Amino acid sequence: MDIFFFILFATIAVVCGISVILQKHPISSALSLVGVMGSIAVLYLALGAEFIAMAQIIVYAGAVMVLFIFVIMLLNAGAEQAAGRSWMAQLLGIPALLAMFGVVAYFIQSYFGNAGFMKFGNFKGGSAQSVGMALFTDYLLPFEVTSVLILVAILGAIVLARKELD
Amino acid sequence: MQNLWIIPALPFLGFLINGIFGRTLSKALVSAIAVASVVLSFGWVLKVFFTAGDLGANPISEHYFTWIRSGVFEVGWDFAVDKLTMIMLMIVTGIGSLIHIYATGYMAHEGGYYRFFAYLNLFMFFMLMLVLAANYLLLFVGWEGVGLCSYLLIGFYFLKKSATTAGNKAFIVNRVGDFGFSLAMFLIAVNFGSLSFDKVLQAAPGKPAGTLTTIALLLLVGACGKSAQIPLYVWLPDAMEGPTPVSALIHAATMVTAGVYMCTRSAPIFTHAPIAMETVAVIGLATAVFAATIGLTQYDIKKVFAYSTVSQLGYMFLGVGVGAFSAGIWHLMTHAFFKALLFLGAGSVIHACHGEQDMRHMGGLKKYAPHTCWTLAVASLAISGFPLTSGFFSKDAILGAAYTHAPWMFWVGVVTAGMTAFYVWRAFWMTFWGEYKGHGHPHESPMSMLGPLMVLAVLSAVGGWLFNVPKILENMFPVQEVEGEMTLTMISVAFGLGGIALSYYMYVVNRELPAKITSSLGWLYTLVYNKYFVDEVYDATIVSPTVTGSRVFLWQAADQGVIDGLVNGVGREARGIGGWLRRLQSGNIRSYATWVVVGAVGLLILMSLAYGMQGGGAR
Amino acid sequence: MPEGLQQGAQQILANGVPISWYLILSAVLFTLGVAGFLFRRSIITVFMCIELMLNAVNLSFVAFSNMHRQVGGHIFTFFVMVVAAAEAAVGLAIILTVFKNRGTLNIDEVSSLKN
Repeated sequence: MDIFFFILFATIAVVCGISVILQKHPISSALSLVGVMGSIAVLYLALGAEFIAMAQIIVYAGAVMVLFIFVIMLLNAGAEQAAGRSWMAQLLGIPALLAMFGVVAYFIQSYFGNAGFMKFGNFKGGSAQSVGMALFTDYLLPFEVTSVLILVAILGAIVLARKELD
Repeated sequence: MQNLWIIPALPFLGFLINGIFGRTLSKALVSAIAVASVVLSFGWVLKVFFTAGDLGANPISEHYFTWIRSGVFEVGWDFAVDKLTMIMLMIVTGIGSLIHIYATGYMAHEGGYYRFFAYLNLFMFFMLMLVLAANYLLLFVGWEGVGLCSYLLIGFYFLKKSATTAGNKAFIVNRVGDFGFSLAMFLIAVNFGSLSFDKVLQAAPGKPAGTLTTIALLLLVGACGKSAQIPLYVWLPDAMEGPTPVSALIHAATMVTAGVYMCTRSAPIFTHAPIAMETVAVIGLATAVFAATIGLTQYDIKKVFAYSTVSQLGYMFLGVGVGAFSAGIWHLMTHAFFKALLFLGAGSVIHACHGEQDMRHMGGLKKYAPHTCWTLAVASLAISGFPLTSGFFSKDAILGAAYTHAPWMFWVGVVTAGMTAFYVWRAFWMTFWGEYKGHGHPHESPMSMLGPLMVLAVLSAVGGWLFNVPKILENMFPVQEVEGEMTLTMISVAFGLGGIALSYYMYVVNRELPAKITSSLGWLYTLVYNKYFVDEVYDATIVSPTVTGSRVFLWQAADQGVIDGLVNGVGREARGIGGWLRRLQSGNIRSYATWVVVGAVGLLILMSLAYGMQGGGAR
Repeated sequence: MPEGLQQGAQQILANGVPISWYLILSAVLFTLGVAGFLFRRSIITVFMCIELMLNAVNLSFVAFSNMHRQVGGHIFTFFVMVVAAAEAAVGLAIILTVFKNRGTLNIDEVSSLKN
């Protein structure tokens, strides 16, 4: 069962990912990205990360992507024009990417090739309770700091995007 | 402690004062300082002479400080005085004083007065250092120093291109000789372990003949440069560009004799290297003849005397070469007297004719400049070897020793003596007899110039039997008997008188004869008149290739091409690489991102190499 | 060959999905994100690819957390999400400003840092 779910949702994620980078209109890319996030959320669930899966749907797919779509609508971003390309990106990019993927895949295989198996239900520590416990005891400081971070981000966004008073 | 250092220090003090402050001092003060420094130095020499006792038995030696110490090799700042040194000291300071006094009159109307006397005093300092030195290195210091002063003084009229060129020529040709001297010093240091005279000269007899010959030949190269022997004599005639007192002091009486002095000082080395001695004698004789032939044809009065100096120096080397060292020194002394007198007299003549040096525009000066006339007559008699003059004694000593060594040398030398008499008296008749052919009105010179002339005339006349040098130097160089001395003397006197008579006939009695002879000799005359084209040959074979080679190869190819190319090329390449690298800063976000990815891949690979690739993971 | 494949398939069915597959999936998604970043021209699309990359990394964190049976990976994912949200907000505000000033969303034309 696990393998079936994995293969299904992994395929969906990859296809949507390819769609993100290949679509012409930003809206289509945004919607594909939502698809990626959804399938990843399912994979989280399969890995026993309930809280994170929910947070992914609510925060990422629900808030961040909506923000993206708002901005696209605001800017009236149209389909991308096919204009001049950066030759450096073409020339070096593709080999570099392939090389990067190759190296990373090789390392994964050699380090974690026999690291173990995932079965649904073999890790129960991803519940909201355990995450909350860890968050408010071991990781309290970063938690408080992120709240300041969010404050700063809000301020920054407001300052940058407001209309100039003339 | 005789405080020998005072002797060179006084002229050096004069140089400092006149050199630094001379521009602001009056001419009288400058002259006073310059002359006084040399005269006082002469006075100190006399004082040393009279209070030192027998210098043959107890030579004076003073050590001031150790200059170089490197392992066992030591060179000290040492002065030493023995009889040979004392003779040289008297000549240098005595004649130096006379010429300084003369120069105050001669240079009275010239610009750069203080500079002239500063250089002259500096020259005296270096020459005295050379003479007083007790080791080869200190002698070399003086040697180089007088070369420098010669250059400065030849090029005294530095606005004249010919003068500066002549100064360069003198210095460069000297340098060639100095190179030989330096090599000799290296060999001496290596073989003897020391450069000081007493150590080296005492150990000389024990060394292998090959080593000594090499050292002696290299010393001879140095002497040829300084004393204007073949092949390095070419600078001396050109050195006449300098003021006449310079020609008298440096190029007649003192600097050019340094080579002879040095060879005499190194006598133990030479006497044990027979091949070198033979070379010295042959070169000296060849130079004597060669220069005498050129002197026969010249019209510039100073050039005649310049070639005469080269020729007489050849005589001195001949004397040294055949083993008659003291005869060579005797001739050095008498030559200093009469050659200085000849030059100073020539200066007086030039002064009288308002700067004219070509004898074809002189004549009849007997009635305009009588004192100059009789003093020059005495000098001419002395150089011709007229009986009982100083030149007679010294020249006959040399010729006698030459006969003992190899008779053919005697005959060549005697013929040369005849030529010497001829060209000197030719100059005399052309200058003082007949009608005045120049412009303006010639006049006699002031007393400041005539005084030294008269003193030197007396010395030229009696200096020979007054200072019997071979007797003085008896303990260093034993006097040798010459067979048939009286006959040889009469032969050489005959040649001398013949030369005088022939010149009188050709230049007083039968005035057209010289022109007829020169035209009939045709190409031979042209060859000799143009000094055998030696300068032209040197220029074509040595100078021009060197200059062209330096310009084309060293300057353009090596300096501009290689070195500048390298340096500029490095700069250019750096700029090029910088320009190329600049393209990375394209402002294009995507290309930046690409580089980030490339870097990340690189880092991944590096990390894997650093931490090793272990198979299998944890657990 | 079919024998080994049969055995491998049986093994997987019995034991579940190997962890390395999750990690490989994460690498694939990350590479796709980088590819999009390098080759797309609209700023907004580039931004979205950044979000894609972050998601891929989150996936690998959670996979590791499962492997080690610890909750630390989840916490880190949590913080990544927080930061990503903040960054998205500020980044989009910047994009708005750039659009206001330059009038274009073409990333190649925003190159004032050019030499």
